[in-house]
Amino acid sequence: MKFGIVVSEGPYTHQASDSAYNFAKAALENGHEVPRVFFYHDGVNVGTRLSIPPQDERNIQKQWSALAGEHNVDLVICIAAAQRRGLLDEKEATRQGKDANNIAEGFRISGLGQLIEMGIQTDRLITFGD
Amino acid sequence: MEDNIKKFLYVNRKAPYGTIYALEALEVVLIGAAFDQDVSLAFLDDGVFQLVKGQNTDGIGVKNFSPTFRALGDYEVTKFYVEKESLEERGLTADDLQEIMYEDEDDDYAEKPSIRLVNRAEMADMMAEQDVVLSF
Amino acid sequence: MATLHTVNKSPFGASALQSCLNHAKDGDAILMFEDGVYGAAQGTIIADAVAAKSGSLSLYVLKGDADARGIADARLIEGVTPVDYAGFVELAASHDRTNNWL
Repeated sequence: MKFGIVVSEGPYTHQASDSAYNFAKAALENGHEVPRVFFYHDGVNVGTRLSIPPQDERNIQKQWSALAGEHNVDLVICIAAAQRRGLLDEKEATRQGKDANNIAEGFRISGLGQLIEMGIQTDRLITFGD
Repeated sequence: MEDNIKKFLYVNRKAPYGTIYALEALEVVLIGAAFDQDVSLAFLDDGVFQLVKGQNTDGIGVKNFSPTFRALGDYEVTKFYVEKESLEERGLTADDLQEIMYEDEDDDYAEKPSIRLVNRAEMADMMAEQDVVLSF
Repeated sequence: MATLHTVNKSPFGASALQSCLNHAKDGDAILMFEDGVYGAAQGTIIADAVAAKSGSLSLYVLKGDADARGIADARLIEGVTPVDYAGFVELAASHDRTNNWL
């Protein structure tokens, strides 16, 4: 079965991104597919490669990047939410005249249409948020 | 391609302005309208506050997005299910809500209200008919 | 055509669990997780309302979240079943849709 997952809270403040990760991992380990995870609202902050959590803590971004690499999960960051919150990929940073970008490996920035498409193309959709 | 049309429900249970959820939900609805799905909106609990008339955000420096609800009819988003019990609990009646109309192209473009007042059991029934429920 | 409802809020600070109980239909399931697990504990002001639904609804709690918050299985309302993440996934798969009460 194909699961679409929405993450709509930021890492380290709210448990949502951890719960979503645990759900995605369990789904993949039990023979299901997770073709896409969509990060919305403050959830977009999961995708910055510049966060440096203490070494004895989980690194939420790296967990997601590794999962995406192993299982070909499409990690999509909503562009409208990302721009409000300062999440930029190289192309967007150049286009907006910004001096840096911060998107982590395995994540990509795209539009809200990707969320709707995920709802259409998956069998079940589940949202982790507040 | 009838098979490719899913019933999408956007559930609104949060008040506007205090958090961004209501505004970002509306952005999803606007984008989603381009996908020709069968779209419904649910307003219950504090979500009913999104639809009250007379919102004026001049004093808080943010955009008043409530007029956008009135434009959704042009995008064929015409089913706004509003829960009566949620209104009553908050001291509101249907008269406190904005008038939101759409033109029914199957009925000689007659103007019809988008807001459908439903009771709690009807809201539950409507939710149980959906393929995809998106909550904000 | 049953629904898996998820609740991740403490019932003492938010209306999510109550609203979920008000809208879930017979045969549906409710999974309480994150701070929602407090709704699965015995002896609280909302416990009777939750227990009253254990006949018509299937009630679950995410064990990892309950354990993290010091809620032992013995303190769960009768009829609430603890599940792990694999169980959560199977509940989502075996119901027709999820309705997430955020």
